[in-house]
Amino acid sequence: MNADGTRGGGSTLAAVDPGQARTRVGLRAVLGQWFHGEHGVAPIVVGLAFVWVVLAVIQPDFLSAENLVNLTLQSVPVGVIALGVVLVLLVGQIDLSVGSVSGLAAAIVAVGTVTAGWPFVLAVAVALACGMAVGLVYGILSSRLGLPSFVITLAGLLFLAGLQLRVLGPLGSINLPFESWFVRSIQQGFLDPAVAWALVVLWVLAYLAMQVWGRERRRRADLACAPWSQVVLRTGALAAVLGAAVGYLSTARGVGYSVVLFVVLVIVADVALRRTRWGRSVRAVGSDRRAALLSGVAVHRTVVSSFVACSTLAALGGVLAAGRLGAANQGTGGADTYLTAIAAAVIGGTSLFGGRGSAWSALLGVLVIQSVANGLTLLDLDQATRYMVTGAVLLGAIVVDMLVRRRRQEA
Amino acid sequence: MTEPIEPGATPPRASGAPVVSLRGVSKHFGGVRALVDVDVDIHEHEVLAVVGDNGAGKSTLAGVLAGAHRPDAGQVLVDGSPVVLDSPAAARALGIATVFQELALVDDLDVVENLFLGHEVGSGVFLDEVEMERRTWQVLDQLAASVPSVREPVRALSGGQRQVIAVARALLGSPRVVVLDEPTASLGVRQTAEVLNLITRLRGRGHAVVLVSHQAGDLQAVADRILVLRLGRVHGTYTGETSYEDLLAAMTGAVLPGSGGR
Repeated sequence: MNADGTRGGGSTLAAVDPGQARTRVGLRAVLGQWFHGEHGVAPIVVGLAFVWVVLAVIQPDFLSAENLVNLTLQSVPVGVIALGVVLVLLVGQIDLSVGSVSGLAAAIVAVGTVTAGWPFVLAVAVALACGMAVGLVYGILSSRLGLPSFVITLAGLLFLAGLQLRVLGPLGSINLPFESWFVRSIQQGFLDPAVAWALVVLWVLAYLAMQVWGRERRRRADLACAPWSQVVLRTGALAAVLGAAVGYLSTARGVGYSVVLFVVLVIVADVALRRTRWGRSVRAVGSDRRAALLSGVAVHRTVVSSFVACSTLAALGGVLAAGRLGAANQGTGGADTYLTAIAAAVIGGTSLFGGRGSAWSALLGVLVIQSVANGLTLLDLDQATRYMVTGAVLLGAIVVDMLVRRRRQEA
Repeated sequence: MTEPIEPGATPPRASGAPVVSLRGVSKHFGGVRALVDVDVDIHEHEVLAVVGDNGAGKSTLAGVLAGAHRPDAGQVLVDGSPVVLDSPAAARALGIATVFQELALVDDLDVVENLFLGHEVGSGVFLDEVEMERRTWQVLDQLAASVPSVREPVRALSGGQRQVIAVARALLGSPRVVVLDEPTASLGVRQTAEVLNLITRLRGRGHAVVLVSHQAGDLQAVADRILVLRLGRVHGTYTGETSYEDLLAAMTGAVLPGSGGR
């Protein structure tokens, strides 16, 4: 260790055992990080397992491979929107209009390809560009004029819902051609099991390589490194989760293309948030805007970029929703879409008050919400029950989050 | 209190040319004259305490050195040449780092992330966490400071530890002058002692330390010279051994400028 000697001396702050000082190690540390670490994914994983057990007991069909394949497909559009919501929540803002943006994007794709005869790629590009433009406007209004994002995006919600109706025109509903490659790949596109397994192996190996490499660099820099048991444990856990998911889903239709896209987006967002200057700025601005400003973070640019990323992801979510439905109508992205997306982000562990959260909370949160919705549909329960149960789950998630956080602060 | 951690850490009396000098600096805020015709010399290996009652102009003086306030009149000299400190970045570039009273730490970020916030080290798009963590330990070791973990959010740290982290961040750019604005204002007795200890170490490492405070008693423990401000004017410079009563008298205006000290 580089300089434990100089740090042992008399009146250092809060005397700590130097061995412990650098990092906590071992199995307990891994579990501790999962439960109390910055991202704290464990409570939500436990919550998801609980929901699944309850639903499986009431309705064994819930855990059938075929139903879980449906569950993954249902989760994608809202999940992509929730991923965007995570980004604005992290920067300390909120976007209530994500549902309307997704509905507008769906309408643009449908009208563009069917009515106007654009190539599909062009229609999607226009839809995403609209999302970007919306985010840009929010970002500028919020950061330059200092307007509260709650109000700006509420106005945006109404305005864009109107625009969506206008774009759809008097018919109010446009079907996408069922045989188009887009609709087919969203609805019926599944990875070949061999490809799926190859991706799993690739992912696990990449993860392992990153850990070994990172450990080696830390060792060379004379920093505390995780014991090999921890590296093995982490990699093993990842391999087990991915293997189980792919193995089980492959007994039915398998892993949908759109699901792969969603997971890739989550990984990209996660890396961007944890390993780039931008991600660090986002968390800093969301946690303490003034301190970030004094530290030299480009606050305005960070806020604007988060809004742009959120609206663009919302637009992409709308495109995926249109593909899954095979149509765009007045209800696309309407009703409870934005609430579901925000609830998913929060259930997944992203704070409503900025600065705390992770990209994975979008994936985990949306799985919880869609599991509840899917399970209750299997049980033949109506919309009323679904809303009430989802509300209870959201409340429960926030309470658990608060309790965990409070215990962590007391510790 | 003064625990020499390196050979030669005991400060020589301030000698040689000053690093930074203020000459006839004045600053007005509207009708309020915060600083009037202030002359100060700041030397390496020296702790210069700036004391005064509330509203005496202490924080304005710190702000001028930090680059947050631009003087209306007078000159700032670094190594004898006039410079313009028009932003904190400009001040830093000239080797003057300031730790503001509010510290400007981000609670949800860990120690390493806070230290490098806004000046991250990285190659291409990605950050180099290992290098940043290595340098963090390096600077914390220099300060002989120990924190439980550099990967915990700073919200978990005590007030004294947060002060250390803020100082450590100021030291990353290897400044020659460190300005501390009311570093002990919100601390308890033990933490105050720790911060004063830290200031002694900074001096031992050769930095010029400007310590702004109105807790005159604490300052006597570490200050080599004490500059008393009253109503924006310099009311004398005293040695660190000056009695508290004399300082108090100077701060409140009971003695004429220049009758104490040198």
